[in-house]
Amino acid sequence: MSTGIPHVARSTRLSDLLVLRPRLLILLLLLPPLLWLGIIYLGSLLLLLAQAFFALDDFSGVVVYDPTLATLAQLFQPANLDILWRTVLIALVVTCLSVTLAFPLAYYAARHARGWKRPCLYLAVMMPLWSSYLVKVYAWKLLLSREGAIGWMAEALHATPLLSAWLALPVLGGPSLSTSYTGMVLVFTYLWLPFMILPLQTVLERLPQSLLQAASDLGATPWRRFVDIVLPLSLPGVVAGAIFTFSLTLGDYIVPQIVGTSALVLGQAVYTLQGTAGNLPLAAAFAIVPILIMIVFLAVAKRTGAFDAL
Amino acid sequence: MTISGIVRLEQVSRHFGATRAVDAVDLTITEGEFFAMLGPSGSGKTTCLRLIGGFEQPDSGHIVIDGQRAEGLPPYRRPVNTVFQDYALFPHMSVGQNVAYGLKVRGQGRAERDREALDALRLVRLDGLADRRPSQLSGGQRQRVALARALVLHPKVLLLDEPLGALDLKLREEMQVELKSLQRRLGLTFVFVTHDQGEALSMADRVAVFDRGKVAQLGTPEDVHDRPRTRFVAGFVGAANVLEPAVSAALGGPEALVSLRPEKIGLLAPDTRPRDDALEARIVDISYQGAFRRLQVELRTGMRLSVQVAASISASFSQGMVVWLNVPSAAFNLLEAD
Repeated sequence: MSTGIPHVARSTRLSDLLVLRPRLLILLLLLPPLLWLGIIYLGSLLLLLAQAFFALDDFSGVVVYDPTLATLAQLFQPANLDILWRTVLIALVVTCLSVTLAFPLAYYAARHARGWKRPCLYLAVMMPLWSSYLVKVYAWKLLLSREGAIGWMAEALHATPLLSAWLALPVLGGPSLSTSYTGMVLVFTYLWLPFMILPLQTVLERLPQSLLQAASDLGATPWRRFVDIVLPLSLPGVVAGAIFTFSLTLGDYIVPQIVGTSALVLGQAVYTLQGTAGNLPLAAAFAIVPILIMIVFLAVAKRTGAFDAL
Repeated sequence: MTISGIVRLEQVSRHFGATRAVDAVDLTITEGEFFAMLGPSGSGKTTCLRLIGGFEQPDSGHIVIDGQRAEGLPPYRRPVNTVFQDYALFPHMSVGQNVAYGLKVRGQGRAERDREALDALRLVRLDGLADRRPSQLSGGQRQRVALARALVLHPKVLLLDEPLGALDLKLREEMQVELKSLQRRLGLTFVFVTHDQGEALSMADRVAVFDRGKVAQLGTPEDVHDRPRTRFVAGFVGAANVLEPAVSAALGGPEALVSLRPEKIGLLAPDTRPRDDALEARIVDISYQGAFRRLQVELRTGMRLSVQVAASISASFSQGMVVWLNVPSAAFNLLEAD
């Protein structure tokens, strides 16, 4: 049936098709990253984790492909539990130290730095990320060693007894800073600090000035205002930063090889189990732990309302 | 010592770089009055409010609140509270917690502060919403919460920074009536910042009109509307015509700078010349304003005046028509020469 109204010249161009069918556009855009994430990343990760449900035959050293929980149960052996607890504690201390160091800096950068100071601070925070991770860790090993810069500085300031007293402490101390937990925590904190500063700075920048003024107006002293308003509202940033500092520390196996004690951490355990020991199932079982810990961490963060004010 | 005024500003200045945001302002706000600070953006009215609230400190001059020197005091040591333009409700607290926050900071017990917060919410007719989050409220409701949160502390002075700016017209008119009646009921001093002259005139007992960091005129709404003192006030409050001395004289007024309200100019049809020396003008534009029409008329000299005509008689005028101007001599208001 002809209405007598002429059609605008019909075109079958792709752009017209995509405008008229937005779902098709979304599908086209998302297909490559989804394939990457789904098959290459998540797929291989799941395959790896599935190994945890098999076991190594103690006599032949061959993986037996019968589903079993025996390998996961091995995690609860005292020696393995030690490794897990040690790693979690180090990651916790690194995270707390990072928050403590990052907060004042992020607060200054977000709320007080003006003009050229802001990009300069941003550069200063980002710059360490540009150089090689290994170079930085080896540099720290030199700084922390017995004859290193820190020891030399302590001597120059007549603070050597103080350093010795710290090194004499149980657990925290050791023969030198570079072979102690203190050194390891310092290096981890140095490495991951930018990942804490940036999300904190972002949430603090978004905090409206009027909220702080309202708190003052209602009688809150600056300290009270910080505890009641600034801290709770920056919690999403703390959580976001903590996800980085915590999970990066949980999984790292290079820093503990170069700096720190000879006791194993989780990453090293996975590394040796899948390499020299050839015990892929137990390595996979270890690898499940940080994932579970992060799931619990996020669930707790959600319960405390960290994401409510986002 | 005589206490004159609940808030007194003496020669207060606040500069931002080369900009004199507030320039040697003297102001006395009387206890219990509804005081409006009116002006365009950048006139210094908001800075003035922030100086009283303590969010800015004066570069020079004195601020006295309730008989106490206030300059140098931080906001949390001043007996005033503020309703912020964006309401500034704490997003991580419920409505009830928001209202009770000031009481909590003061160290009041939970039961007592919950009861007082509920009373304050009842005052602004929001009881029943205490458990909601601010994000779950409408703009008008948030505004009431901000009001309750400030009122619950029984401030000596309540400062309101363009509190109705974000509301739509109908809600704004309702809130104007409500704020005014609340202020009367509580007998509290309200200091209200606005750029809306209608709002200032309808609500305030007294109005300070700000212009470039100074108070251009201070008086009752009738004063600033009917008897503006400067060219700026005449133009800003109610868009009056400002006539140079020669034009004023030609229209039958004094030979001086005067203002002339658009509704006080009479228009007469071509065949009814009022006086021999009456001026004629051509209607160049008619705009519909509901109950009245606003006309632009052009004199022979090219000078344009705006004239307001009741809708009932507007039908007898049309664009391009030549009419006689009839201005009663009482309509001319002398302005300070500038």
